[in-house]
Amino acid sequence: MFLIPDSVGRFFHRMASPPHFYAFTGRLLPWLTAIFIILTAVGLYGGLFLAPADYQQGDSYRIIYIHVPSAWMSLFIYVVMAVAGAIGLVWRIKLAEIVMISSASVGAGFTFIALLTGSLWGKPMWGTWWVWDARLTSELILLFLYLGVIALYGAIDDKRTASRAVAILAIVGVVNIPIIHYSVEWWNTLHQGPTVSKIDKPSIHVSMLIPLLTMAVAFKFYYLVAMLQRARTELIQRERNSQWVKGLIE
Amino acid sequence: MKPIRRQRLILIGLMLAGMGLAVAFALKSFNENLMYFFSTTEVVEGKAPENALFRIGGMVVDGSVDRPAESLLVRFKLTDFNKEVTVEYTGILPDLFREGQGIVAKGRLSESGVFVAEEVLAKHDENYMPPEVADSLKKQPEPPAEGGI
Repeated sequence: MFLIPDSVGRFFHRMASPPHFYAFTGRLLPWLTAIFIILTAVGLYGGLFLAPADYQQGDSYRIIYIHVPSAWMSLFIYVVMAVAGAIGLVWRIKLAEIVMISSASVGAGFTFIALLTGSLWGKPMWGTWWVWDARLTSELILLFLYLGVIALYGAIDDKRTASRAVAILAIVGVVNIPIIHYSVEWWNTLHQGPTVSKIDKPSIHVSMLIPLLTMAVAFKFYYLVAMLQRARTELIQRERNSQWVKGLIE
Repeated sequence: MKPIRRQRLILIGLMLAGMGLAVAFALKSFNENLMYFFSTTEVVEGKAPENALFRIGGMVVDGSVDRPAESLLVRFKLTDFNKEVTVEYTGILPDLFREGQGIVAKGRLSESGVFVAEEVLAKHDENYMPPEVADSLKKQPEPPAEGGI
């Protein structure tokens, strides 16, 4: 049914084995952390010092270097979480379940940061901390979805059952993702329309865009680091009675 | 793929499709309530509620901002490049309020057709550029269309 090259298939097959996943991510994490730190330093320096001030907002616009990548990540992580949940539901792969639940709190964090920085910017620029327009409201619903996922997982003792329940919640919530993305086009909102993802060309000057994209990639690496660390902890907790985890301690 | 897995995958697909359909219908029926503001044309055509609070959005018309002395009253015209509405507001305006800028105002329509605002919010547009670029754009607004020279 799926046409996946053999080597890729073999890679994922091996990654689905808990001891292999644990060892492999252990070797990978220092590299991912280093890339995250370097990209963040470069992106922040570019955004806060090298990029010029905006013609209307002056220096206040620089909050986009945190706000916009966080908002992108909040959507991206949700999709990863739902896809991992679906894989866990269909193939009953333990590691897919673990990736799903380990993504939830990182995603919730990014959603909260996006809402918080937007609010801080909104007060001086729009003149209000918060409005109930379609973009802000749907992003707030996303935060509640993440919190719902975390709460539901915690409420069920058997983690395999919990993962199945959580996966269904995560998949159902996916309908919110296009709503968030297109809210500024479908309805009149106070939030501005898309800047970077416009089809013709982004309406942001290239000197401001480069640090923004750097930060977006940096946040992707942060997500990998944070999610993998949580996943490793979750994994050895679930497998605490198995031979390979006992082997780790000795 | 094993039949049981295919079945589960189809179930997930059906669940998503069902959810999507339900939400699409719900959003369609609430469409008007999800609009954050009315455009000036809609207000002039009487589509906005009478004697009730609503929001109006548009661009502040260039040169229309009038501040009578010794008060915080501001009077300006809003446009959607089709119809104009006069707005009155007493209070402090947000940083981004200026002529040619998009704003959203909350208030009521008076008998005389003037919109009396209780709150004015600036709507930021999606353009980000350094001041020098903005200046040069203003100086030469449109490059020649044919580019013959």
